[in-house]
Amino acid sequence: MRRLFDEELADLDASFTEMGMLVSETIGKSVVAFVNHDRETALEIINSDEQINQREVAIEKKTFEMIALYQPVTIDLREIVTVLKAVSELERMGDHARDVAEATIRVKGTKRSASIEETIATMGEQTRQMVKDILGVYVNDDAQGASVIAANNLSVGQLSHQVRLDVITNIEKDSELATSGTDYLIVAGHLKRIADYVTNIAEWIVYKRTGKIVDLNPGNSSSFV
Amino acid sequence: MLENEALNTDNAPLRNIYRFGENAEIALSTHDLHVFYGDNEALSEGDLEFERYKITSLIGASGSGKSTFLRSLNRMNDNVATVKGQIMYRGIDINSKEVDVYEMRRHIGMVFQRPNPFAKSIKDNITFALKQRGMRDKNKLEEIVETSLKQAALWDQVKDDLGKSALALSGGQQQRLVIARAIAMKPDILLLDEPASALDPISTSQIEDTLLELKEKYTIVIVTHNMQQAARISDYTAFFHMGKAIEYDETRKIFTRPKVKLTNDYISGNFG
Repeated sequence: MRRLFDEELADLDASFTEMGMLVSETIGKSVVAFVNHDRETALEIINSDEQINQREVAIEKKTFEMIALYQPVTIDLREIVTVLKAVSELERMGDHARDVAEATIRVKGTKRSASIEETIATMGEQTRQMVKDILGVYVNDDAQGASVIAANNLSVGQLSHQVRLDVITNIEKDSELATSGTDYLIVAGHLKRIADYVTNIAEWIVYKRTGKIVDLNPGNSSSFV
Repeated sequence: MLENEALNTDNAPLRNIYRFGENAEIALSTHDLHVFYGDNEALSEGDLEFERYKITSLIGASGSGKSTFLRSLNRMNDNVATVKGQIMYRGIDINSKEVDVYEMRRHIGMVFQRPNPFAKSIKDNITFALKQRGMRDKNKLEEIVETSLKQAALWDQVKDDLGKSALALSGGQQQRLVIARAIAMKPDILLLDEPASALDPISTSQIEDTLLELKEKYTIVIVTHNMQQAARISDYTAFFHMGKAIEYDETRKIFTRPKVKLTNDYISGNFG
């Protein structure tokens, strides 16, 4: 038997996952554009951020309606709360991807460091993969998997730390690298934040599955660079 | 403008009544409907349209006029009240004296709060009215018994006991039998007056599922005291208060952002 609620929830999950895929693609594209000094793609990303925001609003509205119409309790309530919380994390990830695109436009034409950009590319790829993986875990309701993905945040943190050290060394050697170096720090910071949001989503997946609110963010990890 | 979004506190009804677009198929509509019990006007402003193949809930406190309104829709008030105004169905004003009430009720059926099966077998409950109307073809009758019970989601539970007394069924099953009896007449519109209020939650949920299935073929108007029921199953909701339809809109709008403060207070249980 039952229930219109389940059908609407399935639709809601589908919209959430779809939005997640879009965000994950945007993150990937923004980092590739940054290391390729690709101003056009960066502009495209900036212009398409509104689409991500609109999806967030549509999903939020739907959750409000479902709460009002069905008054969900227990697992149903947790599912709705999880979507409502996680969708904000996705939207913020989109904002960070847009910020990376803005940095791309800023640094165009300044002196660059290929090795740091390589580290940033790796960081970007890891972060994009984390976003993609967390969506899979979300669909499968896999609390265990969520914790494993959250742990990858450490590796992203190490790379952002590496970027910081390299930028300092480079600027010490060649002050012309100060302009791009500043944006390297900023971009690494944005990517680190995205990875943190993946961890937050992982925490909500654990909540959805178990009803427990947990902290998967290791205390020794800085939230920026 | 934010001010315009604010709740309307003067509770003026007519501005808050949903009107369907030109493309909507309207199954039934009322115009300037007034219902009097003696000198007492129980309903004064109830101009509503009901869209085909949708479920519309009528909600409101006791004495708000919602049941009076519903019962007027198939002339159940004829002997107890004076009903003035028009009730339009397929271009005909069914509130006019010339209309054959019994014929009209074949098109607009009613299910009441308490299940009221006849003290007959399950099968006879369904075939009784058909036989009265002269249907004798046994195969045809059996086919109607089966399809009506299937549509009312009762067939699987009773198919081997069709000769059993309807009174031996559970309350929820009796109510679904009554729904099957109503749809055996192949009506267009089903009116239900609190069909689940005498039932436990499981039976209620089965009735709700049945209604959701039935709306593919029927237009349904339901009076309910259970706000969550209105929220769960209906496409449109009308809120009645003191004999007036105060607000009528898509259910999702009524339950997330009603335009009238009274509606807001009623559905959030903050009334009176």
